[in-house]
Amino acid sequence: MSHLKNLKLKVWRQKGPADSGHFENYTIDEISDEASFLEMLDVLNEQLISDNKEAVVFDHDCREGICGTCSLMINGVAHGPQKATTTCQLHMRTFKSGDTIVVEPWRATAFPIIKDLMVDRGAFDRIIESGGFITAVTGGAPDANLIPIPKPVADAAMDSAACIGCGACVAACPNGAANLFTAAKISHLNYLPQGQAERHKRTEAMVETMDEHFGSCTNHGECSAACPKEISVDVIALMNKDYRASKFKNRKELSR
Amino acid sequence: MAGVLSQRGSRTSVKAILMATTSSTLDSKREPVTATAIGTRRKRPFLLDLYSTAVGKKYVMAISGIAMMGFVLFHMIGNLKMYMGETALNHYAEFLKELLYPLAPKGVVLWILRGGLITMLLLHLHAAWSLTRLNRFARAVKYQGPRDYQVAKFASRTMRWTGIIVLSYLIWHILDLTLGVVNTTGTNGEFVKGEVYQNVLNSLNRPVVAAFYVIANVLLGIHLFHGAWSIFQSLGWNNPRFNTWRRGFATAFATIVVVGNVSFPIAVIAGIVK
Repeated sequence: MSHLKNLKLKVWRQKGPADSGHFENYTIDEISDEASFLEMLDVLNEQLISDNKEAVVFDHDCREGICGTCSLMINGVAHGPQKATTTCQLHMRTFKSGDTIVVEPWRATAFPIIKDLMVDRGAFDRIIESGGFITAVTGGAPDANLIPIPKPVADAAMDSAACIGCGACVAACPNGAANLFTAAKISHLNYLPQGQAERHKRTEAMVETMDEHFGSCTNHGECSAACPKEISVDVIALMNKDYRASKFKNRKELSR
Repeated sequence: MAGVLSQRGSRTSVKAILMATTSSTLDSKREPVTATAIGTRRKRPFLLDLYSTAVGKKYVMAISGIAMMGFVLFHMIGNLKMYMGETALNHYAEFLKELLYPLAPKGVVLWILRGGLITMLLLHLHAAWSLTRLNRFARAVKYQGPRDYQVAKFASRTMRWTGIIVLSYLIWHILDLTLGVVNTTGTNGEFVKGEVYQNVLNSLNRPVVAAFYVIANVLLGIHLFHGAWSIFQSLGWNNPRFNTWRRGFATAFATIVVVGNVSFPIAVIAGIVK
């Protein structure tokens, strides 16, 4: 186990949503390279608290890379430099002694900053509320595999379902678009037989809710590169196709 | 509602009420529910409604892009006639005016095509303009630290700039070789309508103009490199069977158009075409 020495941090401090905010410089004299990025921030906060200063606020929960709560723009990259890794699973061995690390919150109009590095990702909930569900019969649990699903379809749906809703796609997108998130959530249900009944209603509602909050896709592919679950931009193409179909189908259904 | 039912009692009114409730539930879904919403949806005619969303605008971008790609390719192929000599090129220009000639009066089909292209260009511009505005709103406060892009290519990040430069080039190009307004300084004389070959030579023999043509066409190629790939995503044409071909198609298309177009000013300056 080795240690990193003399780490310089440039952390975004913002008192509240209305504050304009600024970068604050900190130094971490010594940190184990086995510490996660968030543990490093914990060390920083201990330091700040013992100095009678206010701790840095940041989002975190499971610290296992599966809950989608942690965020952070680290050196201009969502979730830091390591591919397919959330901030909590990013370890200090990725950095070198003497490095300067810039830490900034997600930036999007739909993700207002609550404090320091914490943002409100409620806009994602608005998208899910508008159609990210299926109608299921309640009562006794049905038998597993009651509905046969071809393996490739189940795999594709699983790949989409891997989305943890962390918002890295929005943060990384030069346009602040949420197409990858919305497309992952739409395709996850649209691939499966259980999702067919509401397929068109869902796609139209979710795309249009997304449209009220976020920017537009210009096919850079930054979202997919930043995604800790490596969701492919292919799902965006599926969403575009389903949106077109939904607009026509829903209009036809209204005339019945 | 019961009162309405008993009053009219007909099947149509039940249907009307059902329709009203269904559409109102649909509409209530579209209300903005958070303070962070940057837009609201209102009822519009179907096609406008489709165009009002960013996804719909990307469809317009893609479809108008395809139309203009078709034009750019055939424009380049037609111009290759330059290498077959003066009569071949001038005859080709005359042929364009006589498209479907005995059936339609001279020039009519050409103007229909031009009208279509102008419409496509305007749609492309409007979609690009409104999407850019939307994207600015979507990140009102930019990142304060430097960004480190992972995969975004130079081509995709400069679409707006290459687009604007190619548009200004297009305007200049029409003034130069269609209207001849800026093409009066030729060494061999004035701009003559219909004398396409001579006009091209006069224009491209000016080194600054030739250089402008080369630069503008390289930028057009960069625009196409991203655009021709982007079309597939925007239109939802995504299939593992041909996904690997999409990048290749865009590269090949951009290369063919650029090589063809850039060859003309170079050939004139080098004296290959006299």
